[in-house]
This record gives sequence, C-alpha cells and structure tokens, in this order.
Amino acid sequence: MKGKTKLIKKDGTRLDGRKPDELRPVRMEVGVLKNADGSALVEMGRTKVIAAVYGPREIHPKHLTLPDRAILRCRYHMAPFSTTDRKSPAPSRREIELSKVIREGLESVVFTELYPRTTIDVFIEVLQADGGTRTAGITAASLALADAGIPMKDLVAGVAVGKVNGILVLDINEVEDEYGEADMPVAMMPSFGEITLLQLNGVLTPEEFEEALKLAEKGIRQLYEHQKEALRKKYSLQKEEV
Amino acid sequence: MSLTPSTFPIIPLVKKKSVMALLEKGKRLDGRSLNEYRPLSIELGYIPKAEGSALVRLGNTVVLVGIKTGIGSPFPDTPDEGILLVNAEFLPLASPSFEPGPPDENATELARVVDRSLREIRAVDLSKLAIIPGKKVWEIWVDIYVLDHDGNLLDASMLAAMAALSSAKMPEAVVEDEEVKLNREKLKDPVPVKHRVVIVTVGKVDGHLIVDPTLEEESLLDARLAIAVSDDGRIVGMQKMGMGTFTADEVRQAIEMAMESSKMLHQELDKALKGKVK
Amino acid sequence: MAKFYVEDRQIVIPGDLLAEGRDVLVTTPYIYKSGDKFYATIAGLVQVNPEEKRLNLVPLEGAYLPRPGDVVIGVIIDVGLTYWVLDIKAPYTAILYASEALTKPFNPVQDDLRRYYSVGDYLVAKVLSFDRTKNPLLTIKDKGLGRITRGVVVDIKPSRTPRVVGKKGSMLNMLMSETGCNIVVGVNGRVWVRCPSKELEDIVVLAIKKIESEAYTTGLTDRVRMFIQEEKKRLEQS
Repeated sequence: MKGKTKLIKKDGTRLDGRKPDELRPVRMEVGVLKNADGSALVEMGRTKVIAAVYGPREIHPKHLTLPDRAILRCRYHMAPFSTTDRKSPAPSRREIELSKVIREGLESVVFTELYPRTTIDVFIEVLQADGGTRTAGITAASLALADAGIPMKDLVAGVAVGKVNGILVLDINEVEDEYGEADMPVAMMPSFGEITLLQLNGVLTPEEFEEALKLAEKGIRQLYEHQKEALRKKYSLQKEEV
Repeated sequence: MSLTPSTFPIIPLVKKKSVMALLEKGKRLDGRSLNEYRPLSIELGYIPKAEGSALVRLGNTVVLVGIKTGIGSPFPDTPDEGILLVNAEFLPLASPSFEPGPPDENATELARVVDRSLREIRAVDLSKLAIIPGKKVWEIWVDIYVLDHDGNLLDASMLAAMAALSSAKMPEAVVEDEEVKLNREKLKDPVPVKHRVVIVTVGKVDGHLIVDPTLEEESLLDARLAIAVSDDGRIVGMQKMGMGTFTADEVRQAIEMAMESSKMLHQELDKALKGKVK
Repeated sequence: MAKFYVEDRQIVIPGDLLAEGRDVLVTTPYIYKSGDKFYATIAGLVQVNPEEKRLNLVPLEGAYLPRPGDVVIGVIIDVGLTYWVLDIKAPYTAILYASEALTKPFNPVQDDLRRYYSVGDYLVAKVLSFDRTKNPLLTIKDKGLGRITRGVVVDIKPSRTPRVVGKKGSMLNMLMSETGCNIVVGVNGRVWVRCPSKELEDIVVLAIKKIESEAYTTGLTDRVRMFIQEEKKRLEQS
C-alpha cells in the first residue's frame, strides 16, 4: 500500500542505505554505438538506459518537413526484459506520453533552426528499469545529441524526486516510486536554470513542492558534472597518447 | 514516436504582435486579464443513459464526459480495489486539426494527466468498489469526449470528469453464487468520491503567465504547466507541456496563480453539484 | 571589457561558459550569446585571441554542412531524367544536373543518364550553391573533378578532414611525399587515395584512420610520418 510500506529506516537512511538527498551510483559513457551519429549509456543504480541519435537527416515521408527548422522525433521505449514481469514491446500509453514529454524537454535545447527540412531522431531504450527511467533517458539523450555534434544551448540533466514515508528523497528507485507518496521527475538546462521537463505524480503541499524542486536542482547539478566528465573523457583519452 | 508538430493554427505575425502588446498591459485579445477564466458552464446529466455525465463549456471549448460502469477482475496487486479507467477522444468533429483514429499522443497525455490527478490523491475511493474481494470489482470508465476545441482542453476535461464522477450513480449489483449481475434499471449508490480535483493550466508567453488560454493563445505559448489542485489545497499532479521552458520562479508564480484559480473552479463545481448529490 | 574563461585550444562542450563582454568577436555559428555571455553549443576546440578579443570554436563532431566552392566526394544514390542524386554525407542529398556534367546538350527523350554515371559511382564534385531552402547543387565541370575510376575512398568524420590536410597542407604533403600516392581530400569526410601499389594504399588508409582517431593531439604529423616509415620498413623486409 502506498505510504504504508516502510521505506526509511530508523537511522534516517533509505532501504538501499542512501541518505535522503543522495543520488544512486552514476555511470555515464558516450559514443557507445558505432552506427549512430551519437550515443550514450546512462546508469543510475540498477536503472540502465541507452540513447542514440541519428541526423540531422532527410525526412521520409516528406510532408513532415518544416521549412524553417529541423523536426525532432523521439521514441522512449522499454525493453521487454527491462521489468520484473515481461513488458510487451508494443508501445504503451505510458511510452507514448513519455516520448512526447521527453521530446518537448529537448526541443528548446537543440538549435533546430540550423538544419531546416531535416529530422533529428532520438531513440531511447530502457534496458533495465529501476525507477527514474525517463529522467535517465533525457540525460542520456542530451549526451547522445552532444556526441552527434548537434549544436545545443546546454546539456539537459534530469532526476526524479520522491516523497516516501513523508520524507522528500532524491533519485527514487522502483520500490520508492511504487510505494511512495509522490514521484516528481524534473529535467533542466543547468547553466541557464531553465526547467525543460516537469511532472508530478503524487500529492504535495505547495511548501513540499518548493523543497522538492530545490532537491531536484541539487541532484541535477551533480548529474551535470557527470555528463561533462563523460563527454570530456572521450577527448582526454587522446591527449594521454601524446 | 513523438515528433515536432507543424504549428496550427498559423497566426499572422501582425496578430501575434498585437497579442504581445496587449499582454504587456496585462490584457488579452478577448478583454480578459491574465488570471481570468472564460465564461464556464457545467451541465450535469447530459447523457441520461450514462451512469453519470457532464457537459462543460469553457468559452467556446466544449467537452463531454460520460461515466460507464461494469464488472471486472481486480489487478493482482490490488485485489480488494475497483478499477478506474480514463480515456480521451479528440473527435474529428471538434477541430480541423484532429484526425480520425486511435488516440494520438495529445489525447493520450490528456487522459493520463486526468487519470493521475484522480488516482494519486485517491479522489475515487477504490477500496469501496470491491464486490467480491479478489474476484469481482467495479470498473469505472471515464470517457472524455472533446466536442469543440478552442484551447485549454485539460482544465475543461478535468471539470467534466469530476462533475460526471461526482454525480454518477452505479447500477445495482446482485451477487448470486460468486457471479455478479447488474440491474441497469436500478441506479443505486453514488461513485465514492472522496476528494474533488481541478486542473489549472498556466501558459507562458514571452515571460507572461496566463490562465485558461484560447486555442489562438495556445499556438503562441512557449510552454504550459498544468497544476492539479485538490479541494483541500494540495498539489495532486503536474505536467509541463509544450516545447519551451519554465524557470523555477515562473513555476512558483504559476502555482500561486493555480491555487487562486482553483478556488473559483472548485466553487463552480460546488454550485453545479449542489442539490444534485448528497 | 572582454573576459575569457577558456584557454586557446581548450576542449569545450555544450553549455560551457566561454567569455563575457560586449566587445567579444565571434566568428562561428557554434557559439551562443545570452546577454553578454558566450556559451559553447557543441563539443569542440576553442580558439581564443585575447588581443583581438576574438573567439572561435572548431567542432569535433557533427554533420558536414555544404558551402559553395567546397570540393566533395559524393556517391550516386539515384538517377533522375536530367540529374543525378548524390549522397555527400550532409543532412541533404546533393543534385548534379546533366548540364553541369556533360559537355554536349542532353536530351532525356533520346538518351539515358545512366550511360554516363550510374548508382554507386563516386564523383569528385564542387558545390555550386546551397542555402536553407534548397538542396546543394553540384558541378563536375572543372579541373580535377569527375568520376573516380581507380584507387580507394576512405570515409572519415567530416569534422576531422582539416587534420588530414594539415596546416597549409602540411599533413597531406607529408602523406603524399612519404608514399608517392596521390590523395584528394573531399571536405565532406571522404578521402580518395591512388597509389603505385596495393600495399602502399593499405598503409595510407591506416594512416588516415590514425589521423581521424587522434585528430586533436599535438605532434600528430611526426607520429604519422613515423608510422608510415615503420610500415614501409616492414613491407620491405617481408
């Protein structure tokens, strides 16, 4: 039952030992796929998401083109084996909604006006789901866009804040999402303080929301540093050979 | 796959300029102030054959919601609870931009936002909807029918869904030998509504925040933030929509506006339901 | 007052703050200005000239964007009645009209363009025109342009072609003088190599791949020269 399962231990830590304001172990890697123009793998604890970018490229069918900018196409998809019970690979209502929410979260970031009449395709595959998959997805997608050399205003980093046993916690996992009272995914352009994705699934007072947003921002700043490190690593490897 | 839509309707640049100039003065094309809703009406029982129904007019936007009920098997993880299902249809007769076919991403998103706003606060007490616990439970279908699209479908849909649910009566359920039969001639118990929820969508255009955007205004918006507010003043759902962004300060301001407008919407719901429900 | 937050030749990534000030001169579309602040929009190498307050960003990744005058290597992917369609590794396919390829007038009623060039042919071509509204137009009516009939074509990232050429052609000249091969670099990320022998051709291909993967390291020309000399030695010994 929501709110009744004990998710915070007596010492104030969470079931996996984290403090309320602590991220799970983060791993990010760019350029993980050979064929794609850009790609990235993001792991947040047991959540594992891969993103690939193709384009800018010509659109088929042609009537989808826009004369003054590139269009973005985005698919968020979960692998059948990513969940406890097998998930049908056919797109669910949830995946349709999240594809839209993630696309809209990337639209304001990419300088689409540089490539009129083309498409930039973003494919996000959730390989293993343990909470926070859409925010890991948008984090990976922005890395893949940068890896593809598509000009963008900033990277986008995202994290989900939750409320469990009345306490606000950062980067919720599946158990905390399932049995918690609220799940609030947030993604931002950290250098500009702009929120590109925001959802709340759950109940918060306005004061709690305020606190949750601050907690999300804190996590996003940390993830942003991880992203930059992952991108720089790609080029620093070359330097060491000198 | 979700893809960048082509803009609809196309707004002439001159008109866009005049809208922006008006916003600077705190006014809008139809004379409203930035935090003012269009005229709202809620008509209950529009479809007497449905267990509950409501027709909501918000300016020129018209949304009809019908409630139907049935008997189904519970979800394995909630064996003692009924099932609430929300579906939205953007009918081709409602707008030149709507196509026939299964719900697209916009209709899907709308239905899911309404669904979550009801679900998270347990607006409908599903624990009261088990008939034979673990075996037979009530299914409550909320079907949202968009009849005329002039912007802000979400707020109108939530009002219609809430009004329809709050005024719905379920048929009598007769249990015989582990089987449930419905006597549709006799509508008996109300749907157990514990909380009322409204949604206030705040649009952002050029740094200005407005409530209840018309279709024309929507096509100028950078982004929208839908905020679901319960009758006890809590935030029970949120969804950022559209291609632009919000700063944290803008979100705070939007929440303040939503809190304010939600009181008016809850009052309107009260007025419409007064006398109709106990 | 211009203030620079990065050093010359530093690698930057999207969102990095590069400089601040009203008098900063920016010479690339890959830098975004917000107020008086300048941000990188792409992974690249910054070029900073504090005296002239100049700021540039050379992309490390990204698609090839055609510019009139560019020499590119395209592959024919379709043939129309009066034109060929070429893939030039850009977001847009390129068009070569018969009038920009053949010396005599072409009549589609009596003649078929496939008789001249067909799907799968590599062409060295020059970009005639390109803008936001129309796909790039090509010509092969100039010296050194036309069909590739021998040698190999190596595909590399378009952003790495400047390194294959080198400063004032230094890398390219070294490659050719060390191997005796003839090399044409299409700026769209295709390199055409013709060599006296198959063995030398293999060495050049490997050398180009090495340049691509180590593009932004220092002392690259010398390392590539050493690589070629070692490979040649090995070839002589075997």
